Amino acid sequence: MKSLIKLGIVLGVAASVTSCFNSSKPNYQYFPNMYEGVSYETYQESDAFANGKEGQLPPAHTIKRGWKPYEYENTTEGYDLAKANLVNPLMADSLDVKYDATKAAELYTIYCAICHGDKGDGQGTLVQREKFLGVPNYKDRDITEGSIYHVIYYGLNSMGSYAVQLNEEERWQVAEYVLELRNK
Amino acid sequence: MIIQFINMKKVKHRNSASSILGLSLALLLAFSTTVFSQETDTAAAATETTADASVGAGDPVNGKKLFNTNCAACHNLDKKMTGPALRGVGDKHDKEWLYSWIHNSSALIASGDADAVKIFEEFNKTPMTAFPQLSEAEIDDIIAYTMAPKPAPPVPPTVSGEGGGEGSSGGIDTNIVLAALALGFALMIAMLYVVNQTLRRIAEANGIELQKESEKRLPLWKAFIQNQFLVIVSVILLLLVSAWFAYGYLMQVGVDQGYKPNQPIHFSHRIHAGDNGIDCKYCHSSARVSKTSGIPSLNVCMNCHKNISEVAETTATPDHSKEFYDEQIQKLYKATGWDAENMKYTGETDPVKWVRIHNLPDFAYFNHSQHVTVAGVECQKCHGPVETFEVMEQFAPLTMGWCINCHRETNVKMEGNEYYEKIHEQLYKKYGRKDFTIAEMGGLECGKCHY
Repeated sequence: MKSLIKLGIVLGVAASVTSCFNSSKPNYQYFPNMYEGVSYETYQESDAFANGKEGQLPPAHTIKRGWKPYEYENTTEGYDLAKANLVNPLMADSLDVKYDATKAAELYTIYCAICHGDKGDGQGTLVQREKFLGVPNYKDRDITEGSIYHVIYYGLNSMGSYAVQLNEEERWQVAEYVLELRNK
Repeated sequence: MIIQFINMKKVKHRNSASSILGLSLALLLAFSTTVFSQETDTAAAATETTADASVGAGDPVNGKKLFNTNCAACHNLDKKMTGPALRGVGDKHDKEWLYSWIHNSSALIASGDADAVKIFEEFNKTPMTAFPQLSEAEIDDIIAYTMAPKPAPPVPPTVSGEGGGEGSSGGIDTNIVLAALALGFALMIAMLYVVNQTLRRIAEANGIELQKESEKRLPLWKAFIQNQFLVIVSVILLLLVSAWFAYGYLMQVGVDQGYKPNQPIHFSHRIHAGDNGIDCKYCHSSARVSKTSGIPSLNVCMNCHKNISEVAETTATPDHSKEFYDEQIQKLYKATGWDAENMKYTGETDPVKWVRIHNLPDFAYFNHSQHVTVAGVECQKCHGPVETFEVMEQFAPLTMGWCINCHRETNVKMEGNEYYEKIHEQLYKKYGRKDFTIAEMGGLECGKCHY
């Protein structure tokens, strides 16, 4: 009889313990101190700064490391200036970093092709599924490397800015690739 | 054996019957919605043709095509976008004015036309792309399309009612099967009882004494206790079984596989990565170049959702209605401070408190770019078929054993990577073959991940 009761208890405990896993809550940890560091985690809520977040924007009048200011403004005049004057530094011979068609195509496929299409004809998946409409064929537009870079940087009309997702070098890679698609 | 058990415990076996049912329901719904959309299409076409008759010039069907390719990037029929809403634009301006505006709006503004200047000022002085390639006939077609009356919104109750009806009828089907089975069992029991009774009666009639079942036999548990061998065996068995359970339980402490929290905004990976085929790295762009894959900042959402303020009818599922998804987009607008009416940011932002799912303890080093960019590992290898997840969850256990296993099995991608040239040569000399697993290259050393 005792063993029967024991069996019952053990089974009961096992059942209750295993059924306790609630998928909307994280699991138990052995020694939480080993898991959760003292330092702030990225994006964490924190009272270290006035706005209650750990992630902060660079303070005013400062530039983050590796970032170069872009001197054209997000206006129609800025667009025209960039279109006329801006040249792709990757195509200059002086630099170590060169235009790399494979890399550029890869980036283009991730960020642009979803709307602009793999061939740049404005027939990306989102256009075909009618989520986005009116994406032009590059061939129909009068664009230069400068204007392409400018639009990647700031976005234009319905297109958003890609300055967050692509760094300066990558933006130039993509700009060159877009020109290639246009001239194909 | 024990390890197998633990693995098994974590695998979720879905009820196959219910999944088949769900699948068939999804199929049914898919068909019903396509039927519906066809109906609305024809209805829209019908209204377009009547509108055509009333306007008297231009072909709205061709107009729609032209509108979608040329105008829709900045204009919507009923909603202010980069440019004004265009429904009924033929009533607002005369045709000559529209021709000259579309062919070259800048020239019209420069000429000092009052209407043109007013619109230019109203829309933040954003110049409209000139369309000299559009002929006047084509512009007529576009105007004809914009003059079509607004189609009545499709009545959602019919759709959802039908879906619900089918859902419940699907439920009834299983219930009927179950009821039939239960009835069958009940009948069988009754029959057995009747047969037993008749047999007994026949035996009684024939004068056969039925053996009464053991009256003096010991109760089962007493007999069990008296048998010492059986007691020992069962105690050992019991201990083994409970050790098995205890080990299984202890080993999953600290493992968050299957962790599936509710997020403040219901973001569906199924819609974005699955249906629309957006690359993982489009949003998680830092996975290419940094240690973390990053939670995308909301401006990445707004790249598309500035224009997509509501989901299509076909996006809705039996679980989540169109209204539900639209509400999520509104939450995004609220968080970013986007005023959809005026197409402007108000500046009042309200950060979204996403719940982090994948979280390695601080003592383990992991770098996304090394795996994603250098090794070219598919995101799905560790994160599972995310493009099918309606709600994001942790797919892999993220335990050390899991990491090590993969490092033992996977070959290092060395071709075309200068960085590996030297070590590749050395390893080639040592092992005499070309492919090496990560483990053979020192990928199991403690200090690689713990320092």
